[in-house]
Amino acid sequence: MIADAILAHHLLDRQQIAARVAQDLEDDWVVNIGIGMPTLVPAHIAAQRDVILHSENGIVGMGPPPKNPKDVDPDLLNAGKEPVTLVTGGAYVHHADSFAIVRGGRLDAAILGAFQVAANGDLANWKLRGRPGGNVGGAMDIAVGAKRVFVMMTHTTREGEPKVVEELTYPLTVKGVVSTIFTDMAVITVTPEGFTLQETAPELTAADVQDATGAPLIVADDLKSISV
Amino acid sequence: MKQKRFENPDQVVEPVFAGATIMVGGFGPSGVPEALTDAICRHDVRGLTIISNNAGTDETGIARLLMQGCVAKIICSFPRAMESTVFKERFDAGEVELELVPQGTLAERIRTRGAGLGGFLTKTGVGTELAAGKEEHEIDGETYILERPLPADFALIKADCIDPRGNLTYRKAARNFNPVMATAATTVLVQASCEVDLGAIDPEHIVTPGIYVDRYCIYNSPR
Repeated sequence: MIADAILAHHLLDRQQIAARVAQDLEDDWVVNIGIGMPTLVPAHIAAQRDVILHSENGIVGMGPPPKNPKDVDPDLLNAGKEPVTLVTGGAYVHHADSFAIVRGGRLDAAILGAFQVAANGDLANWKLRGRPGGNVGGAMDIAVGAKRVFVMMTHTTREGEPKVVEELTYPLTVKGVVSTIFTDMAVITVTPEGFTLQETAPELTAADVQDATGAPLIVADDLKSISV
Repeated sequence: MKQKRFENPDQVVEPVFAGATIMVGGFGPSGVPEALTDAICRHDVRGLTIISNNAGTDETGIARLLMQGCVAKIICSFPRAMESTVFKERFDAGEVELELVPQGTLAERIRTRGAGLGGFLTKTGVGTELAAGKEEHEIDGETYILERPLPADFALIKADCIDPRGNLTYRKAARNFNPVMATAATTVLVQASCEVDLGAIDPEHIVTPGIYVDRYCIYNSPR
């Protein structure tokens, strides 16, 4: 347990994961921001960058949350129903057009939360095991349509179970679409050979990450430490 | 010119009948025509099927309809939002049926109905639980599933400005499902925040042409 406590101390917090994801977004990309942790990413994109953020509810050119509470507008919310802003030159579209953007291949990347990612890139993020109903939202459409799917999540569940796994045990969202996983422990890419560990949180080793992962990790030759 | 303007939300929803299927605009709390859903609550119309992205926020909009027992079924994409406490209670108690539809598929099924098409093929949902019972088709080597149009008796729409013809504009991201639903239902009921003269809306800015709108009232919801 002492080892666990030390490990926990070295995990990235949500803002640090968001900052790391923001580093991989390129200028001129159109990027969908999903609900949950991904909504933290816009605040970490430097002002001089020109990444165009899309929100499923019809915002093209979504800006960060308003700095001043008086600028909160109930008609300008992100996918997680939190207040956001519109950048200069942004646009609104209706829902069918918003998802035409999504399925029509206009998203260079989507940043989504997940319950599990499998070694072949399968994504599970809409339904818990054994829970009736589920919350599919835009997850299936967005993960099908985006050119790259970036998953942002904690490396394990609260109970310590790996979320980076050999095969899904949660219901499938989309097959084989995840390109990169950003967690509180690591940056992992999904390759035809399986998961490749690209970066670890500072102070963590590849072995620490492997211990918390439910599938074999190929360690990149140039393994780096996450810098945020 | 056909008289579409009514004095209040109660008069606008007067045609809504028990057992009707009703599209309700909105995404979370934004763009929900709450004056109209509240009026349906007052009329205590029962056995409704509601088509909407969410299943109500706190105790407003669709949540109020659920609390009052007016809703038999919900067709939506994201029913279990943190704020959808009333839905959770009613669903877990087995009082409300749920049809879960991916959000883009929901929007397109509505659009398809409005456009008079017989359905569409999408990659969304392929290989998942939500594709159960749906026909698969292969097009140019890719697998798609067939989704059918989604009809409704009524659409409840929240607009920003309206003129006497019923031409509509929307405000910011409160637009969301509203313009698509306005094309798809047999009877379209609107609450608008501001009333302007005929010709006052630049034709380039009209999002929903008034031909889609049947009945409306002005309701100044707080901005």
